[in-house]
Amino acid sequence: MAIQFNHKPGLVVYVTAGDPSLEATRDIALAAIDAGADVIELGVPFSDPLADGPVIQRASERALSRGTSLKNVLALAGDIRAARPAAGLVIFSYFNPILRYGLSHFVDHAAAVGADGVLVTDLIVEEADEYLAEMERAHLAPIFLAAPTSPDERLEAIATHSKGFVYAISRVGITGKQQSMTADAASLVARIRRWTALPVAVGFGISNAQHVAQVAEFADAAVVGSAIVELIERSTPETAPGEVARFIEGLRQTSAALAR
Amino acid sequence: MASVILPAAPSESRPGRFGIYGGRYVPETLMAALVELEHEYNAAKVDQAFQTELAGLLKDFAGRPTPLYYAKRLTEELGGAKIYLKREDLLHTGAHKINNALGQALLARRMGKKRIIAETGAGQHGVATATVCALLGMECVIYMGDVDMARQELNVLRMRLLGAEVRGVSSGSKTLKDAISEAMRDWVTNVRTTYYLLGSALGAHPYPTMVRDFHRCISIEMKQQILEKEGRLPTAIIACVGGGSNAIGAFYEFIPDKQVRLIGVEAGGRGTALGEHAARFSGGSPGVLQGTFSYVLQDENGQIAATHSVSAGLDYASIGPEHAALHDSGRAEYVSQDDAATLNAVVKLARTEGILPALESAHAVAECLRIAPSMPAHDILVVNLSGRGDKDMGIIAHELHIQGA
Repeated sequence: MAIQFNHKPGLVVYVTAGDPSLEATRDIALAAIDAGADVIELGVPFSDPLADGPVIQRASERALSRGTSLKNVLALAGDIRAARPAAGLVIFSYFNPILRYGLSHFVDHAAAVGADGVLVTDLIVEEADEYLAEMERAHLAPIFLAAPTSPDERLEAIATHSKGFVYAISRVGITGKQQSMTADAASLVARIRRWTALPVAVGFGISNAQHVAQVAEFADAAVVGSAIVELIERSTPETAPGEVARFIEGLRQTSAALAR
Repeated sequence: MASVILPAAPSESRPGRFGIYGGRYVPETLMAALVELEHEYNAAKVDQAFQTELAGLLKDFAGRPTPLYYAKRLTEELGGAKIYLKREDLLHTGAHKINNALGQALLARRMGKKRIIAETGAGQHGVATATVCALLGMECVIYMGDVDMARQELNVLRMRLLGAEVRGVSSGSKTLKDAISEAMRDWVTNVRTTYYLLGSALGAHPYPTMVRDFHRCISIEMKQQILEKEGRLPTAIIACVGGGSNAIGAFYEFIPDKQVRLIGVEAGGRGTALGEHAARFSGGSPGVLQGTFSYVLQDENGQIAATHSVSAGLDYASIGPEHAALHDSGRAEYVSQDDAATLNAVVKLARTEGILPALESAHAVAECLRIAPSMPAHDILVVNLSGRGDKDMGIIAHELHIQGA
């Protein structure tokens, strides 16, 4: 159990935990792993997701309306780990639910359930001293976001403090769809690589096989979030795992064909 | 409690810390913009031309200095401390918010940004921002919760007349918190061209410091005026606290004067249960919301709680980080006044002094009504009257059953 990308490109799949239910998220995550997702990002729903577009905002509201808590998400991570020992598993959260849980307690619990890493959307490297020390103690991978607007000195700090992979944001903006990959993404990945040998995953707005094929040209992995969450929104709890699996298989096959 | 989750590092060791509070908790995409803003602000602070232009606009456009008015009838009726009102309500656009809007708009122009975005709760910051954008010929987009647009409609109309685009926010509680989130989403998306003109002493560094500095003129004038009129410092200064911009502006110059009590008044709403008020110190705990570490109203899972106040400007789940530090150190006291006491204060001030306070400011007046009678006559109370109540006439008329035509 470590973060490894066994495909080219690797695939990171984000789901909002508890949308539409914790049981459904478990089934969706397992189906995604079986369909070829290398890493699952389990999103902790938050009441004020200021970095997210409408799709993930709505998913968070649905999950919260069912009372989904960080504690539930960690238990869910444990279930997924037990069922799929080899998959990469990352807890994706805003900072406040973690602070309220207690940073130390959270890190212990995340490690105990078998998570590999943690990504905190609104925690920048400069504010992360205590977090980094706790993550180190528990042998968890802190994953930081790098943005097209980040100057080189920030990228150096982000790259050197990240473990597992570095998450490169494809464009300035919030999560959600975009028409095509911008030049921002490729140049950002090239800049990150100056500071680290870690894999680089590109996310935000990756919604189809064409995007995945484009990402494959310059990065190690693609992160698919809103497109999956929107698919779950359109499905029923029963059909969502199958729909997500088909979507991921489609991404794999079509992007491979495009690459040839 | 806070020290358990974040060790109390010296404030110098991290930028923008007030004790353990403050800091920068934002998506990485915004960091370059915040660092640039900090540098530009530090440069503007010592730029004589910038300061001269700002001082000129504050004087001739906004109407500073504002009077420090002796409320003689109110003092006599309460029969205790001598009461003064700092008349920020007399400023152009009707509230203290113009001080900060002018300062930040000049900074935006200095940075070459032509598109301004802002959030607003009561609409006073939105109107102030729309006003300075009209003055400087800038594009202006204001985010405002749907609930606030309905209850502060007059200000929506004013913003639109001034040429601003007002975008309603229908997510979450549809109030100030959600307007800030939506403004931050716009900023993340358009950060290369857009200046975010944040309206309270909130958010990520450097905003809490910068907004406080632009409102320092309130306490600078207040100190000079009270010394001229009374030859001594006041016993206490009272200000309402939503995010805390008028309060920090009114308190700041008096912080070293330990004999002066600093009293912040939060919104007590309609009850003490979570969701019924916006009293962060009595009902909240340290946490991170919208860029800063401060007291936050939240549930046991760290989800941000709903809030209620009759005043849109105080209806917010967190509080400026400098207030959190002043609270923990004991230098300032924080109390709350509920909706009913606030409406009572509106009527009292209107009928004894002929002044109609904003519902936000009326919370401070309500605290004055509570404590003044038991204070000796030689004590001096200064109430920061942060805004006027014209915008609230619909709510006030409805709540008090005042009949129109």
